[in-house]
Amino acid sequence: MSMAPGVDVLDFELPGSKAVAAFEPILVGVVGSGNLEVLLEPQSTPTCRFQVETSARGFGAIWEAVVRDFQQRHSLSGVQVSIHDMGATPAVVALRLAQAIAELPRAQP
Amino acid sequence: MSLRPTTVTSYAECSARQRLALLLDAGSFHEWLPPAERVTSPHLAQLGLPCAFDDGVAVGRAALEGRSVFVAAQEGAFMGGGVGEVHGAKLVGMLRRAVRDRPDAVLLLAESGGVRLHEGNAGLIAVSEVMRALLDVRASGMPVVVLIGGANGCFGGMGIVAACADHIVMSDVGRHAMSGPEVIEASGGVEEFDARDRSLVWRTTGGKHRYLLGDCDQLVDDDVQAFRAAATRALDQRRPLTLTALEAEHRLLSARLAAAHDEADAFELWRRLGITHPEQVPDRSVRDIGVWVASRRKEVA
Repeated sequence: MSMAPGVDVLDFELPGSKAVAAFEPILVGVVGSGNLEVLLEPQSTPTCRFQVETSARGFGAIWEAVVRDFQQRHSLSGVQVSIHDMGATPAVVALRLAQAIAELPRAQP
Repeated sequence: MSLRPTTVTSYAECSARQRLALLLDAGSFHEWLPPAERVTSPHLAQLGLPCAFDDGVAVGRAALEGRSVFVAAQEGAFMGGGVGEVHGAKLVGMLRRAVRDRPDAVLLLAESGGVRLHEGNAGLIAVSEVMRALLDVRASGMPVVVLIGGANGCFGGMGIVAACADHIVMSDVGRHAMSGPEVIEASGGVEEFDARDRSLVWRTTGGKHRYLLGDCDQLVDDDVQAFRAAATRALDQRRPLTLTALEAEHRLLSARLAAAHDEADAFELWRRLGITHPEQVPDRSVRDIGVWVASRRKEVA
C-alpha cells in the first residue's frame, strides 16, 4: 500500500447558536511534532467552520468527533477555525481549541 | 494574546510571539503579513508536511523604550526555525523596508537551524538575500541587533546572518555557530565532535564561550526582561561597516586561529585567553563572567 505524499485537508461546518462579538484573528500553538496551530477568525455565516490541514492522514473520523464534541459544548456562531496539524493527539487538539476560545471576547448575551 | 509577566520569564521557553509580546513595549508590535494573510510555504505540502500560517517568522514594526524598531522573530518550534522561501522573503522585505522607512534600529530574534533543507535552493537563496539586505541596513546607518536565546540556537545560514550584525546579545543557554553539533558529528565523526556531549556542545557554541571570545557583545541570563534591557542598550551600538573594521575582524580571527592551532578544547582556549580557572567557567554566573570580561577588556585597553 502506498500513498502519494501530501497532507489531508478536512472541512467541517457545524451549526451554532452563540454569536461571538467582533474580534481580531487569534493564533495559538505552533506547528511542530505532535502539536498544531489554531487560527480563529470571524466569518459572516452563522456557523462554526473547521478547516484542517494535517500531515497525519486517514484520521478524518477522529477529527470530526473532536470538532463535534467541541461545538456541542461551545456552539460558536460566526467563527472560522483553521488548523495546521502535525500529528497532535485528540487531547492536545482539544486543549489548543480551548486555549484559542479563551482568548475570544465574551459571547454576547 | 494575554500574557502576564512574572518576575522571571525564560526567554528560551517562550514562543516567538510570546517574546515579541514581552520584549517590546506593550501592545506596540504591528505585524506585516500576519497569520490571517496566509502567506505560507508553497513547497511543504508536496512533501506531506503542514505549513504554518506565518511560515515560522513574524515581522513588523514596534517600539522599544519608545524608540522605533523593526523586528523579526523566528519560531524555533516550527521546522527548527528553518529559513524557507517565504520565511526568508519576509525577513528581506522587513530589512528593505527599514532602509526605506529608517527606524532607530532593527532587531532579529533569531532561532534557527539555518536553511530549511526541504526547500533546497529556494531556502539557500533566501538566506543569501537576507545577508545582503542586512548589510544594506547597516550601510544605511541603522544598527542591526541579534538576540539569541532559543532552545534551537542560531546555526547555519542564520549563524552567518547573526555574525553580519552590529551587535549580538546571547543568554548562557543560547548557542551560536555555523555548523550545528549533529552536522559536525555526521561529517567529521563522533571522535571529532560528540553531539550528545552537552557540556562540549555548550562550551563550543554557548553564550559564555561566545562572550569570552568576543563574538557576542552582551551576555544575559535566560530572562526576557534581561534581553529587553540588553536590546535597549544596543539601540545605539553601531559598528562601522568599513574595510578597516573588516581587517580588524580578520586580525582577531587570525589570532584566535593561532591560539587554537592544535585544536585545543574550549577549556584550553579559555586558559590561553587568560582565565585562571577555565574549568570553573560553566558553573560561573553570567554576572561573574561579565565582571571578568569587563576587567580584562580594561586591562587590554
